[in-house]
Amino acid sequence: MDYFAQQLINGVVLGSIYGLIAIGYTMVYGIVGMINFAHGDIFMIGGFIALITFLILVSMGLSAVPLILLVMLIVSMAVTAVYGWVVERIAYRPLRQSFRLAPLLSAIGMSFVLMNFSQVSQGAQVKPIPPLITGGYTLHDSGNFAVQLSNVQIMVVVTTIVLLTIFSYIVSRTRFGRDMRACEQDQTMAALLGVNVDRTISMTFVIGASLAAVAGMMYLLYYGLVDFFMGFVAGIKAFTAAVLGGIGSLPGAMLGGLAIGLIETFWSAYFSIEYKDVAAFSILIVVLIFMPTGLLGRPEVEKV
Amino acid sequence: MAVPKSKKSDGPDVAAPALNQQTATRDRSVASIIKNAVVSALLALVLFSLMIGIRTETGPSGQLTYWTRFGELAAVVGAVFVGSIIVETIKRWTGPLGSVELPDTVRRAFSVLGRVLIPALLIFALLVPVIFYNQRYLLDLGILVLTYVMLGWGLNIVVGLAGLLDLGYVAFYAVGAYSYALLAQSGLPFPYFIETYPYVAIDFLQLGSWAFWALLPVSGVLAAFWGVLLGFPVLRLRGDYLAIVTLAFGEIIRLVILNWQDLTGGPNGVSGIPRPTVFGIPLTPGEDGFAALIGVPFSPTHRLVFLFYIILALALLTNWVTIRLRRLPIGRAWEAMREDEVACRALGINITTTKLSAFAIGAMFGGFAGAFFATRQGFISPESFTFQESALVLAIVVLGGMGSQLGVALAAIAMIGGFELFRGLDQFRMLVFGGVMVLLMIWRPRGLVSHRAPSVFLGRQTAIPSSMVKEGDG
Repeated sequence: MDYFAQQLINGVVLGSIYGLIAIGYTMVYGIVGMINFAHGDIFMIGGFIALITFLILVSMGLSAVPLILLVMLIVSMAVTAVYGWVVERIAYRPLRQSFRLAPLLSAIGMSFVLMNFSQVSQGAQVKPIPPLITGGYTLHDSGNFAVQLSNVQIMVVVTTIVLLTIFSYIVSRTRFGRDMRACEQDQTMAALLGVNVDRTISMTFVIGASLAAVAGMMYLLYYGLVDFFMGFVAGIKAFTAAVLGGIGSLPGAMLGGLAIGLIETFWSAYFSIEYKDVAAFSILIVVLIFMPTGLLGRPEVEKV
Repeated sequence: MAVPKSKKSDGPDVAAPALNQQTATRDRSVASIIKNAVVSALLALVLFSLMIGIRTETGPSGQLTYWTRFGELAAVVGAVFVGSIIVETIKRWTGPLGSVELPDTVRRAFSVLGRVLIPALLIFALLVPVIFYNQRYLLDLGILVLTYVMLGWGLNIVVGLAGLLDLGYVAFYAVGAYSYALLAQSGLPFPYFIETYPYVAIDFLQLGSWAFWALLPVSGVLAAFWGVLLGFPVLRLRGDYLAIVTLAFGEIIRLVILNWQDLTGGPNGVSGIPRPTVFGIPLTPGEDGFAALIGVPFSPTHRLVFLFYIILALALLTNWVTIRLRRLPIGRAWEAMREDEVACRALGINITTTKLSAFAIGAMFGGFAGAFFATRQGFISPESFTFQESALVLAIVVLGGMGSQLGVALAAIAMIGGFELFRGLDQFRMLVFGGVMVLLMIWRPRGLVSHRAPSVFLGRQTAIPSSMVKEGDG
């Protein structure tokens, strides 16, 4: 039971990170109907920016951990948001009215560009950082196994919850959120009613990228390392999460992220760690066989 | 990283040509060019100041260190500034990208050229081993290009004709390669069940020098079987759900190959795969070798030439089957399904068999290509079957114009040849490759050959623009 509880905690933490990335996928899909393949690499860039900011701050003699974390978060979110904006502007906007596969290919190309850009500019080695947040709590100790809840884990989950709250407030209550939902439904009509469609789409990419940056930073803090290739696997998992939850649905993305995180953790813990990704993908396929539009996706009504 | 300049709304349906022109005239000034360049340079500064300006490195003790590279940063930002000015200036002269319509005479000349191009390419392909006999590198490159042409034509059946977006095509390539490698080596797919037989080089099936020719169809059939296996769960899925499931399928196959060490050798791969023979006669320097038999001195180039003709024949077979199938009811059904699945159902076309046959036939050619890959390399490992490979083949199909056989061949030549050209760039190669992919999509979103030969026509066959052809939603 203790072992189970520990895996539950680990799974929720991993799931939160996946969920944060998956929101970026699902938002972009909802509004422009394309798979933003470069999103996983945006997540990786976010991790790198956080790492570099951390190095600069430490070498400047800063030692207050909360301050370091705050600056890392802000810089990483801001710079990565610019990445998201530029990627949309260069690779997707010219293709918005094009047929469906063109932006997909362009996105795959962009993903190669970002991945290899960070390989060229920062080297191929794994970049470790010392643990910034240490300590934690022992929730239950049965003598031979102790259920641990570390402070990093608490921070990851709390940050995710706070960001999600802010984010769902933005989407459901603000002017921008209304614009975004309008563009999702009908871009032409939204444009006729005075919504700036271009800006709304750009903002969607900016928000998605900054959430991915948060996920990148959480990944850096939780695992203590970044490398140029981490965006690919994490990106595929997060996209799987978004589809599992029903692409286009925001609560679905979070739910899918948690599901993928939990499946992966439990499979590694109880079966084999080598096949954890196989398990995650297989469950995706099984779920889609029975629910072709994901867990929370609305079934498509086909008009002839 | 030049940022497109005009602030015009090119949102859906609003961007009428008239509006475009208005904006263009309004912005036609040097000041706006400079302003855009400054904005681009500032953006580049934000993007690159941390990623390029600072270089992190893990020190000997595992401690991270960093140093600054402001020189490189300045160079990149400067390059963006200048590049942006150049791009904007060119845009002023030529108008927005992709809006240039070729005049009719030029287009007719192109279509004549197109008709000559196919036989010319074919003859050239046949003569390549003769012309470049002494250049092993070029022969090798030719074999590689033809492998991708074949993969492109195979995937074209699934994506271009049937309109099913497949992001995991490499799975079938892997199934074909591993089927051949394992069957040719051990003869039984589960060697560890029979503990008395060690793992490698048993030749249980006693195929001897016929291994490649006997197992080539087997690899294709096995790959087709896996194609059907993938097809069943995705029958009801459409569009991006289909895309992710095929992607997941490709990853599952790769991960299983990577982790099932008893069978596949895991990350170490399978080595010592039998080389192809000239229908039983080995291409070896020995007495019974091909060279001795026809009375010429042995040369290792013979094998390359032979491999070249095998893959050329396989690729042409793929092409021929595709062209024939397009005239058969099943091919018509694929294209009809791509255009409108609901209408197909209403007309009594069996969507299940149509989809499954598209997956199976596409996968079969992938399997053939995989078996060829295995025999050519003599060694395979999971590293050759990553998602990048699927993306590359899909890029070839889309860039080729989805459904155009000639376009796919040209795109394969351009992509693989271009990729080889950039070999000198070393670590920048993939960076350039990705960038070129983005630019090509923006320049020609409909592919290089953006017209199609319709499969049904009245009287005379005329090409139709591919914007009239749907891409299917899976």
